[in-house]
Amino acid sequence: MAFLNALPGAIAEGLIWGLMAIGVYISYKVLDIADLTVDGSICTGACVCAVLIASGWGVVPAVLVAMLAGILTGVITGLLHTVLGIPSILAGILTQLMLYSANLTILGGKSLATIDPRVNQLLLNMSDNPMAIVVMIAIVAVVIIALWLFFYTEIGLTLKSTGDNPDMSRAQGANVNRNKVIGLGISNGIVALAGALLAQYKGSANINDGRGAIVIGLAAIFIGLSVSLKIKPNFVVSLIGVAAGGVIYYIVYNFVILLGLKTDFLKMLSAIIVTIFLAVPYVKSTYFKSKKAVPPIVTSQIGGDGDA
Amino acid sequence: MLKITNLQKTFNPGTVNAKTALSGLNLTLEDGDFVTVIGGNGAGKSTLLNAIAGVWKPDYGTIELDGIDVTNMPEHKRAQFLGRVFQDPMKGTAPDMEIAENLAIASKRGIRRRLVRGVKKADRKQYKELLAKLELGLEDRLSTKVGLLSGGQRQAVTLLMATLNRPKLLLLDEHTAALDPKTASKVLYLTNKIVSESKLTTLMITHNMHDAIEYGNRLIMMHEGNIVVDVRGEEKRKLTIEQLLNLFEASGGSKFASDKVLLSK
Repeated sequence: MAFLNALPGAIAEGLIWGLMAIGVYISYKVLDIADLTVDGSICTGACVCAVLIASGWGVVPAVLVAMLAGILTGVITGLLHTVLGIPSILAGILTQLMLYSANLTILGGKSLATIDPRVNQLLLNMSDNPMAIVVMIAIVAVVIIALWLFFYTEIGLTLKSTGDNPDMSRAQGANVNRNKVIGLGISNGIVALAGALLAQYKGSANINDGRGAIVIGLAAIFIGLSVSLKIKPNFVVSLIGVAAGGVIYYIVYNFVILLGLKTDFLKMLSAIIVTIFLAVPYVKSTYFKSKKAVPPIVTSQIGGDGDA
Repeated sequence: MLKITNLQKTFNPGTVNAKTALSGLNLTLEDGDFVTVIGGNGAGKSTLLNAIAGVWKPDYGTIELDGIDVTNMPEHKRAQFLGRVFQDPMKGTAPDMEIAENLAIASKRGIRRRLVRGVKKADRKQYKELLAKLELGLEDRLSTKVGLLSGGQRQAVTLLMATLNRPKLLLLDEHTAALDPKTASKVLYLTNKIVSESKLTTLMITHNMHDAIEYGNRLIMMHEGNIVVDVRGEEKRKLTIEQLLNLFEASGGSKFASDKVLLSK
């Protein structure tokens, strides 16, 4: 019963994290970059949104500015990586650290900014979970449709190919570096949007919001894709799967809390989930070699699969 | 059309691993030249193609394409002039994307990409016709992910992508070397067909002396970062493998014995 009572909240918050995971999907899966900026940019989104709303801004402009701030954080990581040649994982860590100071500054030196749903008009709040679920489904749908339209444009296709095969992309005249910057901007823009929505949902932005966000995002991606790739391996279904992955993650999360797991151990749990998903393909291929001989890829017949 | 002047490149300069890959190479190609490039391992063949493609900058010298100095132009900008097929069949296509999407990306090489749909209905029809010409049954598999194709099929698709927008210069870097003999000859047949139909200026590296003689109107042999043999026209048509080996011996001197094994008849 307690679990059922917790379910609407889990779904609402899960959708917010699912949205963030869609942002992580753009960097991790599409661009093939493990971007650690997100731990900072989700917090930036939350802080910017909360501070602006608290100072009397309307909720929509506050969310949009939070998104812009997120795009900027991604662009910074992208430039550190492409212009200054810093490995992408380090570039993300550096930006994340910069953002800790930036976020403290945004919060005015305090560690917390609160917004009150009774005073300020918010898009969603935990006081009304059914409404929050509806709002979140609408926002996730809009984001997925926008990404779907974008990634099938002439420009969008080269963003995909940049992550898939940078050599081929360059040979076909795509500016791989610029594409990485654009992609990281989009990714962190979505992550900051999720942060802005999270602040409204919780009624506050905390300097520690977002610690370990990348791991939650990856967990949502792995959970989501393990299902959606079996249904239909295409872009839109994958994005829907990732959003659903966030929801599943949060339902499990709430469930283990109800089982009595100390909340201190929740980050450990997230990390273990991601470790398992990352390790399984490697362990399978290394320690449990398939009995079937793997056919050589390069020298196979030109007729190839099918008409040989 | 292509004019290379005094091109020099040393890898790892100033270290014990220093390797002079190009030592003051000069080369001029005429419009429509189909040049085969031959030479032992480490002769500088791939280095030459990578220099033209802009993978890195040469230490010295200039590269001109159709009168435009491209020596300092970044790789992705230079791509507007060049079609490239790599030795590694995995390198020329995006495996996680559909055949049609790969072709769509190639169709915009050298053209400003916009925020409009990448693969339109009319495009699919055009791609279908072009794929049918490869005679590999790929015309009905436009939505197949390229990663599911065999090495030979991928190489054929890459060839199509390299020539979809007529390149000023087609660079083929031992593009059949990683394929089995039957597949290699099919891809080579397609290459010759496309190159001669469109009269493309082409540089093709091969390790196969027979292919080097059979295809193209000009043959160059490289050794220690320079061109040591340059045969064209009537002379090239009458060339035999024995003559080629003699030419190689005459130019390469004592190195010949060790390099000979690297070239296959």
